[in-house]
Parts: sequence; structure tokens; C-alpha cells
Amino acid sequence: MRKTFISQNPSVLWFLAALGLFTLIVTILSEGFGLGIVSTSFIKTLGKTLCLCLIAIAMDVVWGYCGILSLGHFAFFGLGGYAIGMWLMYARTETIVVESLAGNIIPPTEQEVIDAIGTQIFGVVGSSEFPLIWAFADSLVLQLLMVVLVPGLLALVFGWLAFRSRVTGVYLSILTQAMTLALALYLFQNDSGLRGNNGLSGLQNIPGFEATPQATISIVFFWASAFALCAGYLFFAWIVSGKLGSVLRAIRDNEARVRFLGYHVESYKLFVFTITAVVSGIAGALYYPQAGIINPAEIAPIASIYLAVWVAIGGRGRLYGAVIGAAFVSLLSSWFTGGGAPDIPLGFYTIQWTDWWLVLLGVSFVAVTLFFPQGIGGLFDKLVRKQP
Amino acid sequence: MNNTLLEVDGVSVTFDGFRAINNLSIQIAEPELRAIIGPNGAGKTTFMDIITGKTRPDEGKVIWGERNISLLKMSESQIAQQGIGRKFQKPTVFEAQTVRENLAMALKNKRGPFDVLFFRSNPSIEGEIVELAEEIGLQDALDTPSGILSHGQKQWLEIGMLLAQDPRLLLVDEPAAGMTQAEREQTTEILVRAAQTRAVVVVEHDMEFVRRLNCKVTVLHEGSVLAEGSLDHVTANQTVIDVYLGR
Repeated sequence: MRKTFISQNPSVLWFLAALGLFTLIVTILSEGFGLGIVSTSFIKTLGKTLCLCLIAIAMDVVWGYCGILSLGHFAFFGLGGYAIGMWLMYARTETIVVESLAGNIIPPTEQEVIDAIGTQIFGVVGSSEFPLIWAFADSLVLQLLMVVLVPGLLALVFGWLAFRSRVTGVYLSILTQAMTLALALYLFQNDSGLRGNNGLSGLQNIPGFEATPQATISIVFFWASAFALCAGYLFFAWIVSGKLGSVLRAIRDNEARVRFLGYHVESYKLFVFTITAVVSGIAGALYYPQAGIINPAEIAPIASIYLAVWVAIGGRGRLYGAVIGAAFVSLLSSWFTGGGAPDIPLGFYTIQWTDWWLVLLGVSFVAVTLFFPQGIGGLFDKLVRKQP
Repeated sequence: MNNTLLEVDGVSVTFDGFRAINNLSIQIAEPELRAIIGPNGAGKTTFMDIITGKTRPDEGKVIWGERNISLLKMSESQIAQQGIGRKFQKPTVFEAQTVRENLAMALKNKRGPFDVLFFRSNPSIEGEIVELAEEIGLQDALDTPSGILSHGQKQWLEIGMLLAQDPRLLLVDEPAAGMTQAEREQTTEILVRAAQTRAVVVVEHDMEFVRRLNCKVTVLHEGSVLAEGSLDHVTANQTVIDVYLGR
């Protein structure tokens, strides 16, 4: 009578198999381990894409299942990136400083080393003092904890305030957008303690692995991203397939009715909002070492809007839809904006995709909303269901 | 009455100067089947809104249970957990989900997010669901998405969800609306049976349906009680005839 979680959800197995196969093929073709057909920079693009897929399934759970259109999840993604970036930058600068001071006749004191690191990191914003938020930057373990705690706590406090006041629908979207905008504007300031608009850079250099070529590092991060996506997918599939998923979809469809059934709707929303924020933070912590740089522009509201567009195009309310949407649209986006797509000369005007890609994206978003409200994942569903 | 389950005492509500409920007092016993009738705007739905915590009254008391707790400070979900179930005028089932999922959600189990996250069904729970489905005549539709059920079946599913909550007080708003004759008869049966062990309050427009329930009737008018007693008693009342039946 009772079925296991996987046998009830065959799509999970298909997804994991596809992800595993994809990871294997990319690994064999990569420069770091195999044939060298896929360049290191493209491996990084693929690894980053997997992180975007991870935040997309988080977005799908919070929006597609629970009906909360959050336009702030990239804030959590960015915070995760900043948290890991602080350690990466601190530890690497420390190595450089210690090396350069090693030639001195009098060995440098601990304070001198720290001052030198501070000057190196904050010189660009005219400071050399470590702000309080860098207190744990020398510890990888503590900064990894921050990757989870900072987005989680922000989501918990923000969500608690918003949900208990019963802010819903478009007002909540605006509120989440205001949150991410406020955070981005704050981080843009030079005295925010996170190097203002310079952001954190050099994150692709992993301390302790200076001798390891980027080809190898990139493939390791690609694996880590694939593993995180796999774990995240299993976790969310487990959440939404059980009774909790049933309650979440009920909240999405009619939250007042759920209240009269005796469920405290606000706790459910808070739970989902926080847990997806934590996963977004983890996704960000894996993304930015591959991107190499993080700055406040990354968490501008537009990023979170793109996220909603990916999930809508991919198909809300189905996890693989979110993955398809994020992978498809973000890869297409880098193809179009990276000069991959050939310009179209019309004689009187030349369509340059770097400029026109956004128009194309906007048009496809409108088209999907109007004609395929179920997104690409919905088309997929129809194909599968046709077979007996 | 010492078996009073719910006592509404001197309650008034004003919406933008309009007095929807005016010094209303009603007592419901356990078990009891009670019908509430009245013309449009008499305050029938507002009365249910007050009990279930959707609307806060300006004055008055709403007292619940043996320990005489006030419901006015509680949230909707807390009131529901006290054992008050509500069926809406328009059938509101979760159309994207199956009959089984709808019933499982309503079943009396722990309601916290973590309880629900780690909830695993078992044969006794599955048995309860099947039993409920038989009660409401949907045993063959357990795995049907409730969105494709007929109007009457949706009404039953909602009643089934109410029964699944195992409430002490059931508030039912116009259960027979839009039903066929056969469906009405079955609905009457379900409600009468439910009222053997608990309090059931039915708000209804349809006099034939109320007659079939064969229970004490309260007539509301302009937010307060106009008459109370058997259907024959209240329909013989001249004021009731003037404001309601005479139209």
C-alpha cells in the first residue's frame, strides 16, 4: 500500500539520471580531466548555470507551490556569495601578504599582518580597518555557517514581519523588491564594509590551491554545483510531494480556506520563505567562486525579476520546469549577449542581439504567459501524458 | 441549559455605519441541529464570520465550550483547532488537488509545519479517508482532481472535509444551493446524521430544505433574532411573515 518517495515521483529519478549523465559527459569533455573539447570558461558557465537552476527550484517552491511571488531571492543568493567571498578574499590576501613580508629581517607581528591585509582589501575604498562584519572572515567554517545563517535570518525576520501583517500578493512582491533594492543600495556605499561598488574580486583563486590550474578547479566546482542541485532537488521534491506540498498548494489557491481548516498559514509561509532563502544562499556561495567577482549590482531587483521570468518560462509548480527555464534562458542569454548570435543586417538597420536580446526575452515572457501558462514544463507534461 | 456549546451574547458589528449585526444573542447546544433563516442582509453570513474569527465584533461576547473561553481573541486557525468547522456558500475545495488530498488535509491531525512535513500516512488514516468518502458518496472519486467534480459533489466534498476535521460545531452556509432534488435529500441525511453527535448550524434560504431538517429554527432580521422555535411556530409569527415570508 505504502509507496516509497521515489516510486511515487518517477520524474525525480529521471531528473537525477539526466543530471548525472550531463555531469559525466561534461567531465569527459573538459580540459581539466579529459578530452579538452569544452573550454574551462564554458565549464564555469555550466557550473554557474547549475547554481542558477538551484535558486530557480527554490523560487519555484516559494512561488509556484506556495504562491508567494518573491522578487528578492537574489538578495539571499548575493548574501551567500558575499559570505563565502569574504573568506576567499581574506585568506588569499593573507597568503600574499605573508609571502611579501617574509623577506623582512624582523618577522612581522600578527597586527602588522592584519593591517597589511586590511590595506590590501580596503585600500580601494580608502580605508584599511576591518569592519565588524569581517570578524569571522579568517575562518572558513564560520563563513560557511554565515552562508546559511545570514540569508536565513534575514528571511526569517523579514518574512515574520511581512506575513504576520498579512501582506500578500503584489504588495508582498513590492516589499521583497524594496528589500533587495535597499540591500543593494546599502552595499553600493563605500563604508558598507564590503568594498562598495567594487565588490569582492579574485574569488576564482581558491586559497591553498594556488598551484592547481583553473581547469581543475572549475571542474570541481562544476561537480559541487551538480551535487548541490541534486541534493536541493531531492530535498524540495520531498517537501512538495508530501502532505506539506498539499498544504502549500492549498495556501496558493485559497489561503483563507486553509486558515479555516485550522492551519496557521503564516507559519507555513515563513517556513517556505526561510528554507528557500537558505538554499538560495548556498547556490550563491557556489556561484560566485565560479564567477570570480561579486558586486552589489548582482543583487539589484532586476536579477530577482529575471529569476521569476525563468521560472514562469520553465513552468511554475513543477521543479524540473524551473530547472529547464533557468538553464535554457540563462544559457541563451549568455549566447545572445556574449556575441554568440550573429547580427541580422536588414539593410536599413542591423539587429544586434546584445541590445535586442532583452526585447526577445520580454516578448517570449509575454507569449509564454498568454499562450503557455504552464511554460516549457507544461509542454513536456503533455508529451509524457500522451503515452499510455 | 447546561450543555451549551456556543454562546453569542449581545454582539454588534458595524460596517461603515451599517449595523450588520445588532445586539445578537444565540445559544447553541451540543448536540443540536439548528437552522438559521432570514432575508438577504439579515446578517447570517456575518454571524458565521464572527464565530470563525474572520470579523471582529465591536461589542459583545462569544463564549465557547465547558471552560467558557472567549473566541474573540483567537485567530482563524486557532478557532478552527478548537473544533469549529465552516462550510462556505460557494463550494471552496482545492480544485487542483484530488479528493483524497483534500480530505487528508482536513483530517484531524497536528497542524504545525514540521508535523506536516514529517507526516507519513498509514493504513488507519487511509481507512478513515475511505470511510469519509463513503459517507459523502465519493468513494469512487478518491483520486479524481476535485476541480472536475460536479457542483453537488464539490458541496459534499466540502462537507466531508468538515466532518474530517471532526469539529464539535459545524457551520454550514447554504449547503443545498444549486443541488438537484436527489442531492438535497442526501445532503439532509448527512447533516442530520452529523448532528446526532455534534452541533450543526445550517444557514439556508430554502424553506423546503429547512422543513426537511426538522429542527429548531432561528429567524434573523436586520442583525438580530426575530423569532426562534420550530418551523411551524416561526412561520406562524406575524412579524416573520411580514419581513420575510410575505415578500
